[in-house]
Amino acid sequence: MADAAPTRARRPARQPRRSVGRAGVGRPGVVWALPGALFFVFFAVAPMLLVGALAFTDWDGIGTPSWTGMSNWSRLWDDPETHQAIRLSLVLTVLTWVFQTPLALLLGVWAAGRQRNRAVLSAVFFLPLLGSSVALALVWKSLLDPNFGLVADIGPALGFADGDLLGSSNGAFGAILFVTAWQFIPLHTLIYQGGARAIPRSLYDAAAIDGAGTVRQFFSITLPQLRNTVVTSSVIMVVGALTFFDTVLILTKGGPGTDTTIVPYLMYKNGFQAFDLGYASAVATILVFVATTVSLLLVRLTGFAAMRSTREGM
Amino acid sequence: MTEVLHDRKNHPPNGVRTPKKTPAAPRPRLSRRGLPRANYPAGLGALIWLGIVGLPLYVLVATTFQTRDGYIDDGPLALPDHPTLTNYRRVLRSDFLSYLLNTALVTAVCAAIVITLSVTVGYTVVRARGRASRRIFQIFLLGLAIPSQAVVIPVYLVITKLQLYDTLLAVILPTAAFSLPVSVLVLVGTMRDIDEELYESMALDGASPTRVLLQLVVPLSRSAISTVGVMSALHAWNGFLFPLLLTQSKGNRLLTLGLYDYVGEFRVDTPALLTAVVLSIVPIFLVYLFARRQLISGLMGVGGK
Repeated sequence: MADAAPTRARRPARQPRRSVGRAGVGRPGVVWALPGALFFVFFAVAPMLLVGALAFTDWDGIGTPSWTGMSNWSRLWDDPETHQAIRLSLVLTVLTWVFQTPLALLLGVWAAGRQRNRAVLSAVFFLPLLGSSVALALVWKSLLDPNFGLVADIGPALGFADGDLLGSSNGAFGAILFVTAWQFIPLHTLIYQGGARAIPRSLYDAAAIDGAGTVRQFFSITLPQLRNTVVTSSVIMVVGALTFFDTVLILTKGGPGTDTTIVPYLMYKNGFQAFDLGYASAVATILVFVATTVSLLLVRLTGFAAMRSTREGM
Repeated sequence: MTEVLHDRKNHPPNGVRTPKKTPAAPRPRLSRRGLPRANYPAGLGALIWLGIVGLPLYVLVATTFQTRDGYIDDGPLALPDHPTLTNYRRVLRSDFLSYLLNTALVTAVCAAIVITLSVTVGYTVVRARGRASRRIFQIFLLGLAIPSQAVVIPVYLVITKLQLYDTLLAVILPTAAFSLPVSVLVLVGTMRDIDEELYESMALDGASPTRVLLQLVVPLSRSAISTVGVMSALHAWNGFLFPLLLTQSKGNRLLTLGLYDYVGEFRVDTPALLTAVVLSIVPIFLVYLFARRQLISGLMGVGGK
């Protein structure tokens, strides 16, 4: 009561004293969210709209963008490199989800246990997350060096006799898939670990009393309770996979040839190496479109926006 | 394995037999320090993953104590014959420390901005009445899908128009903005699980929104706030594209960009390059050791309530 000062001007007017105890009291006004919302709109939402506009211009990054109508788009429509980039990005995204989600889910649920060995191991599992993607890509680039790297020692066992993993299209693509998974599975493990720890123990106790084993408990309690966590993790994962730029730049530079040139790398190549920022904006617009569509689908399909607490009805 | 099965068979009957007599029925499990039975297949899987995570990390650290010739002759798996600190001296004599300071500054400011803004937004989304707060949440949900790469060209335009090009602020502002959606999502998820009765009892006391936020929402969301802090700090520390495209001079260079430059500077001297990598991870590792404790106690604090 004493520290009601900051909102004195607004609250009492709309919520007279007599309504104390009713649900409206102590609720923040929308003004509270404005600083965050405006900041976000200015640096993320507005640029997203702006990129669509820049896609109709010709701009070298220094002068003023000049309007060119549809020319970027017709060029993009005919560009086989763009088609390849979109295909590579989609394949990489799907494979990333298929590869990372089950592993992160299992590791996260396992790490949620409070045993000492699990705590120690999950502390180690978290380590890759500490390095920047540049740092980790440099590590893997050294490890995958066909002459001096780790792959020269163990590559033959994996089926790459000359150890030149990054020299073959599939090898390079697989390397990006693996290195990014190695880097980001810890993040998703942590998300699942947090989700699994929030599941009330009483559910497991009840299941144990009913005679449900570990596996049964996992599918009947853990998985359904983690529904919202799966959506959160998946959206982050999908948007992440569409934008593996740093790893590609350092590991393969889009090669061999253009076989790992995914959409963000294509944008970088056109925009900041060829300084054709108008065309690069058109490529970026595709990225925005694909990422937004996929995420909206995920959110819609799972009814996430309407999500309430998983504790409901307990 | 048989022991485990045996254990599993024995427990449920105990649980079934006793609960109606004593309220402390599930106690047998708790008396063993709350540990559920061991899960060997999962443990084996975790050990395999430990190898996948650990081997590259071992090579990374071992290599930094290796001389360049030793690395080329013995390969990455060998322990250094004559451990040396030459690599560390070489990296620290370059501009590494200046990059480090810049990065620390950017990271701290980003995390502060993100925590402040996402807590207020999350709180409003969960508690405010009316359509506007739902709309705001939808903007952030949509924002989850905006890849920073995709908007880097207009951000470049905006930053140059604001005359911020080649300043640390040019990196801080967009980096913080792109940490917001995930942070808001994490916080909304946690804040939604706070018991309605707790809000009601504070409302009965006539608490203002500020007091509800500081005395109820923030303490109960502590672990989520730590997570948000750690995640946004990592995001800022990891950031590469914004520094690459929005800064230029050596005085404003951040670590990631510095590492990228070392590739040219150190050429084939892999041990020196990997030493720079290790040194770039050490500070955030120390922060992690500290933040992890907070994270765990936060989780336990919530679990205990």
